[in-house]
Amino acid sequence: MRRPPAAATRGHIRIEDVVKIYDPAGAAVLAVDHCTLEIEPGEICMIVGPSGCGKTTLLNAIAGFHEITSGRIVMDGEVLCSTEQPQSTPGPDRIVVFQNGALFPWKSNLENVIFGPVMQGKLARKEAVDKGRAMMSDAGLSGVEHNYPGEVSSGMRRRVEIVRALMNDPKVLLLDEPYRALDSLTKSVMHEALLEIYYKNKVTIFFITHDLEEAIFLGHRVAIMTTRPCKPKKVLNVDIPHPRDYGVLTSKRFRELIEETNDAVHEEALKAFQAGEKEG
Amino acid sequence: MSGIGKLLSNRAFWRGVGSIVIFLVLWELGSRSKQWMAPEFFAPFKDLLGTMGFKKDYLPWIGAVPPPSGVLKSWVAVLGQQGYWQSWYMSFFRVMGGFIAAMLIGIPFGLALAVNRVAHGVGFPVFEVLRPIPPLAWVPASIIFWPTQESAIIFITFLGAFYTIVINVLGGARSIDVRYFQAAQSMGSSRWDIFRRVVLPGTLPSIVVGSAVGMGITWEVVVAAEMISGGGSQQAGTGGGLGFFIWNSYVGGSYEQIVVGMISIGIAGFVSSELLRWGGRFVTPWMKVR
Repeated sequence: MRRPPAAATRGHIRIEDVVKIYDPAGAAVLAVDHCTLEIEPGEICMIVGPSGCGKTTLLNAIAGFHEITSGRIVMDGEVLCSTEQPQSTPGPDRIVVFQNGALFPWKSNLENVIFGPVMQGKLARKEAVDKGRAMMSDAGLSGVEHNYPGEVSSGMRRRVEIVRALMNDPKVLLLDEPYRALDSLTKSVMHEALLEIYYKNKVTIFFITHDLEEAIFLGHRVAIMTTRPCKPKKVLNVDIPHPRDYGVLTSKRFRELIEETNDAVHEEALKAFQAGEKEG
Repeated sequence: MSGIGKLLSNRAFWRGVGSIVIFLVLWELGSRSKQWMAPEFFAPFKDLLGTMGFKKDYLPWIGAVPPPSGVLKSWVAVLGQQGYWQSWYMSFFRVMGGFIAAMLIGIPFGLALAVNRVAHGVGFPVFEVLRPIPPLAWVPASIIFWPTQESAIIFITFLGAFYTIVINVLGGARSIDVRYFQAAQSMGSSRWDIFRRVVLPGTLPSIVVGSAVGMGITWEVVVAAEMISGGGSQQAGTGGGLGFFIWNSYVGGSYEQIVVGMISIGIAGFVSSELLRWGGRFVTPWMKVR
């Protein structure tokens, strides 16, 4: 049951031997160390590691916000970035949902949602509005179309942002600890909502978190990363069948998987703590 | 409940009204201290004032200020004079002229400094060299270099608002969260789209704040400029702007009118910042939800 639904054919990502060295002031810091990871089309791949371990560096490399030092990242046969061409161009096939949210506060929720397709000229405004409304209503967001993001709850904002991302018809959604700032009750609602959205739009999901329960609950696979420098320490296949709901959290298999991985996560967290990595 | 009804039942409103009434009463009493301090009873107190180096006849400072009743009387008299209204018009004209010019030049300039490295490299050093010069230090130079006194005064008010607006626009544009740019870029925005849909709206709140502060400085500057330049027009008397109105009242020895002029400027400043605040809310509707 490790393989995601056969329906998905896009969003196959290969991270090959990627190295990232930050060198802001001559003091080279190795953030990502020969990291290799393959993500299947339509898979939810969870990346777990302590804060500041370099997970976000990896995400930024895929999104095209930062350069890599060496190695390469390939999506559906197309080289995104490599040693020769260290930074990929950001594009609508890879949309990031940011840690603290990046909805434009000056646009209404609906205007935010239709931003991508209108910018790319893929849809006329009218069509984009229709599609946006439909997708918002699918995600339980009817009634807040004309509110500003600042007027709705943080949980709703996160959902609006995911809808905005999906409106671009991306091959992969890159989520960078999107639920970090939410309280645990809102979080559990958001998890089910995300799965529901995922079951409707089988898109590859690259999801960064430091919450092991969240990772196992959502993911087909969970990659536990070492703390800086970042590379996969252990990759766990979560053999709990999808679709999942919150009942999974109390199942025996779920607890077993937590036990199986908890030590590895804790070890890295301890290392990060001792290294004095800053939160964030 | 209607807006007025709500206001009338609001405790804070009545507290505010009470505060102003008490202020006026104390002012009136203080101004009339010469009268009520006349009886023999106050003689020791007057001697005390004298030994402290004050005038003996009335309370220090406040006793020399015209009372609010006198100010009101003088105000009513002046309301019928064309010169007084001419002064309002002149000052508003100068403030608005300088302020609008500062916005028209300052906002694009600030944005250019923020988004273009070459513009920043070329423009910012000169800007930073000129910025510390107080606008009022420009008065003699601008009277010499500008063809008319009017243009000189407007130029000085322009300077008052210009620096503040540019600094706020620049700072505002620079502090826009990088995630907004990344998100816009990912979703296929061109550079122009990013400028129009991220930089501009992202900077608007700072433009509003900068304008509000700039407007305040403009009023400070225009009053001083009018006093120094003697009203800036051949129209002698009270018609040379509110700053000149005060100066003229001082020269003419009408102390009540000085206060009338001061309060008028207070009202003018309040009205212009309210207008600005209203406009600001109108262009940044998302800010009210914070």
